[in-house]
Amino acid sequence: MGMRIQNHPILEFTEKKPVRFFYEGKQMVGREGDTIASALHANGINVLSRSVKDNRPRGFYCAIGNCGSCQMRVDGVNNVRTCITELTPNMHIERQRGLADDQT
Amino acid sequence: MIKHEELIIIGGGPAGLSAAKSALEADLNVLLIERYVRLGGQLIKQTHKFFGSKNQKAKMRGFNIATLLIDGLKDAPGHLTVLTEATVVGMYDERIVTVWHDATYKKYQADAIIVATGASEKFLAFENNDLPGIYGAGGVQTLMNLNGVLPGTDIIMVGSGNIGLIVAYQLMQAGARVTSVLEAAPRIGGYAVHASKLRRLGVSIKTRTTIKRAIGENKVEACEIVSLDDQWNIIEGTEETINTDAICIAVGLSPMHQLLSMAGAKTSYISELGGLVPCVDENNQTSIDGVFVSGDASGIEEASSAMVEGRFTGLIAAKKLGHVTKGFDKDINECRDQLFNLRRGPCGLKIREGIRKLREVNDHA
Ligand SMILES: Cc1cc2nc3c(=O)[nH]c(=O)nc-3n(C[C@H](O)[C@H](O)[C@H](O)COP(=O)(O)OP(=O)(O)OC[C@H]3O[C@@H](n4cnc5c(N)ncnc54)[C@H](O)[C@@H]3O)c2cc1C
Ligand code: FES
Repeated sequence: MGMRIQNHPILEFTEKKPVRFFYEGKQMVGREGDTIASALHANGINVLSRSVKDNRPRGFYCAIGNCGSCQMRVDGVNNVRTCITELTPNMHIERQRGLADDQT
Repeated sequence: MIKHEELIIIGGGPAGLSAAKSALEADLNVLLIERYVRLGGQLIKQTHKFFGSKNQKAKMRGFNIATLLIDGLKDAPGHLTVLTEATVVGMYDERIVTVWHDATYKKYQADAIIVATGASEKFLAFENNDLPGIYGAGGVQTLMNLNGVLPGTDIIMVGSGNIGLIVAYQLMQAGARVTSVLEAAPRIGGYAVHASKLRRLGVSIKTRTTIKRAIGENKVEACEIVSLDDQWNIIEGTEETINTDAICIAVGLSPMHQLLSMAGAKTSYISELGGLVPCVDENNQTSIDGVFVSGDASGIEEASSAMVEGRFTGLIAAKKLGHVTKGFDKDINECRDQLFNLRRGPCGLKIREGIRKLREVNDHA
C-alpha cells in the first residue's frame, strides 16, 4: 500500500489492525481507524462516484462531510458520505452514479 | 417524537467543547452533537505546536489540546450526553433540530442552543477543478494525520496563508513531496516562520502565480500554472505545466452559517470574518432568542479565541437558563479580557474591523 505513511516524526500509525472489506465485490484491506474513503484511497481507488450530468469522475474533496462528492453505496445503503463513515470489517462498498434516490 | 433537552451544542471542536465545559460546571444538562467519529474538530488534525498565549494552551500540539479539552468534561457536575457520527441537518423555530444519527432522523427541542459548527473551505474556480486528486487542505490533513494515508506523492499547494504553509510542511513530514506552493498575491500570506521552514526543505513558493487548469483523465496527472500581473490578470505566454498527482486547495475558510440561516437567524456578509456570519449581540446571542454561536462559525479566527468564546457562551447560556455560577461576573470579565488580548495588535486588526462592522449592522437593525 504505497500511500500509507511509513515514518512520521510525530504520529504513530503502524500498529493498527488490518480490516477486510469489499469494493465492487473485490476483497481489499484497510486499517483500523480508516474511514471508507481513506481505505479506498490507500488501495489506489480515487474515483468514488460519477457526476449526474456529464458522468465526470468524482473523488473526495472536503473529508468532513460537507460537499457530498464522496457518496457511495455501503452495504446496500445509498448516498453514504464515505469520508466521515468509519470502515468496519466486511463492509461492501460500491460506486453509485450521481445521487441515488433515497437521500440520507 | 420530540425529545426535550436543556442545552444542545452543535459541533465538538474547541468552541463546542469549551462551551460544554462551562455549561456543565454550571450544572446544566448538555447534549453535544458531533458529525465526525471523534470529538475535537480541527484540533485533532493539527500536529504542529500552536501559536497564541499560554492561557489558551499555546506550544501544545493541536491533537493534545483536543484530548485535554475532552478529558476536562469528565468531572463536571452537569450531565453530558455525546452523540458522534451525528449530523444536525435542520434547525427550526422553537429551537428544534433534526439530527441524522444511526440511520434515522431524530428530533430534539432545547431551551438553548449553541452553534459551534466551525468553518468550511472555500473553493477555487479553474478548469477541471472537479477531478479526483484535488482536495481541500482540511481534507488532506484528515487523510494524512488521522488516517495515515498520503493524498499523493508530488503535491501542489494552492494558497500561502498559514493553513497552506502548515499543511505543506505536514505533507513533507509525512513523506510526500510538495513541489510548489502557489500564491496569487504578490506576497506570502502566512507567517514568515512557516514559510522559511518550507524553503529550508527546498519547496519553492511562487507568488503572483495561480493554477489555470488541472490535467488528467480520471485523476489529476498534471496542472498548468500561470503568472499574474499587478491587476491579477493572467500574463499570456507564462503558462507552465507541472506533473502532480494531488492538488491541495487552501484559499480560506467561510463560517458554517447554514443551520442558522435555515432557522431564520439574521446574517450579514462581512469579508473580514470570512463571509456570511450571524449577527450577534455582545453575548454571542443570534437574532433568535436562546440561540448562540461561537468559534469559527461566528467568524474565522483561531482555536485560542474559539476556546474562550466557547467558555463565554456556555456561561451565558447557563445564566439564561437560570444557572448563574458563583464566579460568574469574574469569569465573564476574564473571557472578555482574554478575547481583547487575543485580538490586539496588527494580527488582530482584521478581526477587530470585522466585529466593528458586525456591531454596526446590528445597531442599524
Ligand atoms: C492547518 C490549520 C492550522 C491551524 N493552526 C492554528 C494554530 O496554530 N493556532 C490556533 O489558535 N488556531 C489554529 N487553527 C485554527 C483552529 O483550528 C480553528 O480556528 C478552530 O478549530 C475553530 O474551532 P471551532 O470549534 O469553532 O470549529 P472546528 O474546530 O471546525 O469544530 C467544528 C465541529 O463541528 C462539527 N460540525 C459541523 N457541522 C455540524 C453539524 N451540522 N452537525 C454536527 N456537527 C457538526 C464539525 O465536524 C467539527 O468537529 C488552524 C487551522 C488549520 C486548518
Ligand atoms: S468529501 Fe466532502 S462530504 Fe465527503
